[in-house]
Amino acid sequence: MNMKKLSLLTFVAAVALATSSFAQAPIEVHLKNHRFTPSVIKVKANQTAVIMLFNDDDTADEFDSSSLKVEKVVPGHAKGAIRLRPLPPGKYPFMGEFHAATAQGMVIAQ
Amino acid sequence: MISALIIVFREVIEAGLIVGIVLAATAGVPHRSRAVTFGVGAGILGACLVAGFAGELAGLFQGSGQEFFNATILLLAVCMLTWHNVWMASHGREMARELKAAGHKVKTGERTLLALSVVVGVAVLREGSEVVLFLYGIAAQGGTSASGMVIGGGLGLLAGAAVSALMYFGLLTIPAGKLFQVTSGLITLLAAGMAAQAVIFLQNGGWLEYFTTTVWDTSWLIKEDSITGRLLHTLIGYSQAPNGAQLIAYAATILLIVILMRTVPQGGSARSVSAPKPHNA
Repeated sequence: MNMKKLSLLTFVAAVALATSSFAQAPIEVHLKNHRFTPSVIKVKANQTAVIMLFNDDDTADEFDSSSLKVEKVVPGHAKGAIRLRPLPPGKYPFMGEFHAATAQGMVIAQ
Repeated sequence: MISALIIVFREVIEAGLIVGIVLAATAGVPHRSRAVTFGVGAGILGACLVAGFAGELAGLFQGSGQEFFNATILLLAVCMLTWHNVWMASHGREMARELKAAGHKVKTGERTLLALSVVVGVAVLREGSEVVLFLYGIAAQGGTSASGMVIGGGLGLLAGAAVSALMYFGLLTIPAGKLFQVTSGLITLLAAGMAAQAVIFLQNGGWLEYFTTTVWDTSWLIKEDSITGRLLHTLIGYSQAPNGAQLIAYAATILLIVILMRTVPQGGSARSVSAPKPHNA
């Protein structure tokens, strides 16, 4: 690896570190009676965001979204951080896979 | 009941396919069913443990413990699959010779059985912990629908086992001479897909933040959530909208395995024959 590449990588790493440490506070989402509140989550497009999912139910559920590339199990009465990569503007549906009949939601990047 | 069947089937399909491929890849190797059974058993035990400690696991690494765990075991499986393929490329010829010599026990394949045990264990562990949590949740809720859901879940497990059998017997219809090439090709793609999946977990954990832009999107054609999408996801690492890092990991894994398979010296024989080419179609 030559110096140019190395310095570029260092720069990219520094920018990544800087942006991640100044990331906005997590968006709190609760899962209760197998429904998400809020069920529509608005985030700024092309920026990382973090959803902190609090599962207030007694049983586990899996936050599942193929468009967000997230599959995450959150046990009952526990919480889990869901990191969103910078998203192009658009709608990104998600669900609680274990209770998909009611646990539906959407991330809107704008 | 149907919904439980579908959810459990979706979760076990991946493990089912992997077990089928591993069984076919080890056709003719003694003690292989013991190794696979051990892998499945350890996987189920591990799945129960992971499910039991899901809360504690999730709490690690600022709420990203699950991502760390998944990425780690996936990369472990990638290493084991690579080892298996490279070892088989090195010893495949003598194994084939021994297979032809009737009555001779094939001993050479046993060494990578452990590696494949680990792969099976990891596959069962990953998806199994979700099945355990899901079924436990239903059982804990009780009520009249619970028994139906548990039955549905059981049928889903059976359907997963059927996939495994289908994959295995399907592969066995391939002539013995070609089977090795096909299974090493499948294992290469399996490993590449797992490496790409590990990248997703590393990204979701916040440890890998480069090349996260989607390169193409084929969700209009095959949705990753569909059964076809799931099958392809496991078999060739299909992703409906892969990002740059996923593609790099995928290509790098294939490249690494192919190069290692071609450069590894042939074990046990002085002849300098090139290693069998993996079938990557």
